[in-house]
Amino acid sequence: MTAVNTITPSAADERKIQSVKRMKEIMTAYYIDAKTAAENNKKVAWITSGGPVEPLIAMDVIPVYPENHGAMIGAAKMGIDLCERSEQMGYARDLCSYARADIACATVDGGPIGGLPRPDFLVCCNNICGTVLKWYEVQARYFNVPLFIFDTPFIHTEFSIEAQKYVRRQFEEFFVFLEEQCGRRFDGDRFEETARLSYEALHLWQDILDTTTKRPSPMTAFDAFTHLALIVTLRGTRTAVDYYTQLREEMLGRVARGVAMVPREEHRLLWDNLPIWYRMRWLSETFASHNASLVADTYTSAWSGMGDHFDDKDLVGALASSYANIYINISIDRMFESLKKKIQKYEIDGLVMHSNRSCKPYSFGQYDLQRRVMDELGVPALVIEADMVDERAFSEAQVDTRIEAFVETLRQKRVS
Amino acid sequence: MRELEEFRRVARDPYTYAESLKKETGRPIIGSFCSYAPEEIVVAAGAVPFRIFGTRENITRADAHLQAYACSLARGSLEEALAGKLKFLDGTIFPHTCDTIQRLSDIWRLNAGIPLHWDVVLPVKLNTESARDYLAGVISKFRRDMETGLGVEIGEDALIEAVALFNRIRGNLNTLYEMRRKSPGLIDAGDLHAVVKSSMVMDRRDLAAKLEALVEALRRTEPRDVDGLHRLFLAGGVCSHPEIYSLLEESGGVTVWDDLCTGTRYFEGLIAESGDPVAAIADRYAIRAACPAKHASLVSRGDHLIRAVRESRARGVIFLFLKFCDPHAFDYPYLKSSLDEAGVPSMVLEVEEQLPPEGQLRTRLETFVSLL
Repeated sequence: MTAVNTITPSAADERKIQSVKRMKEIMTAYYIDAKTAAENNKKVAWITSGGPVEPLIAMDVIPVYPENHGAMIGAAKMGIDLCERSEQMGYARDLCSYARADIACATVDGGPIGGLPRPDFLVCCNNICGTVLKWYEVQARYFNVPLFIFDTPFIHTEFSIEAQKYVRRQFEEFFVFLEEQCGRRFDGDRFEETARLSYEALHLWQDILDTTTKRPSPMTAFDAFTHLALIVTLRGTRTAVDYYTQLREEMLGRVARGVAMVPREEHRLLWDNLPIWYRMRWLSETFASHNASLVADTYTSAWSGMGDHFDDKDLVGALASSYANIYINISIDRMFESLKKKIQKYEIDGLVMHSNRSCKPYSFGQYDLQRRVMDELGVPALVIEADMVDERAFSEAQVDTRIEAFVETLRQKRVS
Repeated sequence: MRELEEFRRVARDPYTYAESLKKETGRPIIGSFCSYAPEEIVVAAGAVPFRIFGTRENITRADAHLQAYACSLARGSLEEALAGKLKFLDGTIFPHTCDTIQRLSDIWRLNAGIPLHWDVVLPVKLNTESARDYLAGVISKFRRDMETGLGVEIGEDALIEAVALFNRIRGNLNTLYEMRRKSPGLIDAGDLHAVVKSSMVMDRRDLAAKLEALVEALRRTEPRDVDGLHRLFLAGGVCSHPEIYSLLEESGGVTVWDDLCTGTRYFEGLIAESGDPVAAIADRYAIRAACPAKHASLVSRGDHLIRAVRESRARGVIFLFLKFCDPHAFDYPYLKSSLDEAGVPSMVLEVEEQLPPEGQLRTRLETFVSLL
């Protein structure tokens, strides 16, 4: 048998997602493009991760995402240094670590890629939080560039008629803003084409996430966190559509061959909130060592959920709806309904919630959600206190103990 | 001074005041957290707006709903509700401001046990035509939602009357502030704080008359001598620590103006009394000094602060922030550097439901004041 093993890929090799290589190439090319934009007479806009990027792409503006950059800083474990630097600049340690790292990074061109290219203008959509407004105000003053605020009123109990009209109107204002920044007419045809490509990528992304409904799951949330990079930075492009087509093929192939990302998948878990970027590997291995597979998450599906609002006859209206209704811009009772659907769809045994000091709108309400998931759905739920980029808020020993106790609960529940 | 007694009493125990007002008049009491709650509409509906200030007690019940990294205003107010101390409220208004209040609204609606709930989902920006149209639309919608909730009709006349009443109230609060800015020995800062706090709680008609009486009484008052004290300016969010004022005085300073949401941001700017009252209410929000959770322009908050500090002839600024208040914390480096450029010294005090230990606080304040 030893001889056979040397010529067939080992189980660990087979588990590796092949498309990762292609994704890294695309992301490298994207950042090179962005960093050489000025030399190529292209404009650069910084935009929030949930911002309406389609009009930018239609106008050949390169969108750059400080949040994606924040994730890279976190994954490269460069968060503490930059966060401390921002604290020396007067920013309180309690503020979002993406924002702190980015604000500091802009002044020193630090981080894993030597800083982001200088923006020509900024686009801030508050569908993810109010923090981005303050963060982008800081950067607009620092770089002395215009800021377009795309305001998506929060949905507590309704997306009111007033709010719908308002969001729609802002698309028109956004087009005019872009004409002023780019010095030419807004290209409506290219915009429509971009919007369709965007929805195509969102739908593919949903398909990919849905491959984890199968047992064993061909990928985990940790993989989704990595592969999310393109849906954030390149939705609206053919590149993203092609890439996700390839990734979907790979995932379907894995399903067909029964390739499990977590060998001996026993417990199927749902992750809530942003990843803990600097401990991805450790968390992934820790859960796997307990035969627990994080088959779904509320974070990466926040984008695929946007796909539900597609309307080919009214693309502006569809985008207005998509951007306003994203997961984090809705009330906790609506979030509960969404959790409930996911728990059923992915046959979830337990919920793991990252209480993220950096993300108040995502984290406040988790305790209520945790209780409802346990009481009404009978699904155990764990809360881990941490931060997405600032490692100082993470205690490995404590998290380890809590995960172990949680898995024990799942095991006992399975037995009974 | 006799005219101050009721203000002191209400500020000390606003709950008892609200409970007895409700008992005597049968009018609904409507809570809110924010200077963006359209109180004119509440009054026009025959109800009494009541500002919720958090708690000074230990927080235990709220810990089941909010992480320790939520601000003390959110956690403390939820604590008061869960402890049953706000049972006299018939409803609560949540104007949309920051991420914390946004989520507190959900948690409150689902757990506080207060019958009525209104979200007033204001725009985040105040400086575009569509945002201002939306703002007016939201206030108009709030008027309809309030009519449905309370089962009343809010007539145009009642609204016009309420607008005029609030102009009277805000005008008199502004006069009080101006009198004190001119002559800080006229009324203690702690008493002025009590007046502003009660103004967010009392029956507004009664309040308007009492404010006028207070202004009149102060016109006849000889100010006490505070010439040796340094003039100070307070900037930040909610101040629910009136003892800070006496501590400041003992440290050699006296506050002469503020940019607080429990201060000037509550009363600055009058509402136009001609034209559509709802549009006029919306216009005031768009024009008055903005909360940092709102965007009026990239530089409006710094410009406003410098202007107000100059007008007040303050020698130094004390930033009074609630810990975990993101919007204020984000603006701080920018505001501080604006002050530095203008040659105005500043210091920052971060507080939770309790002030820092008195000895430590006194030393910091004394050091700051002595360097002015």
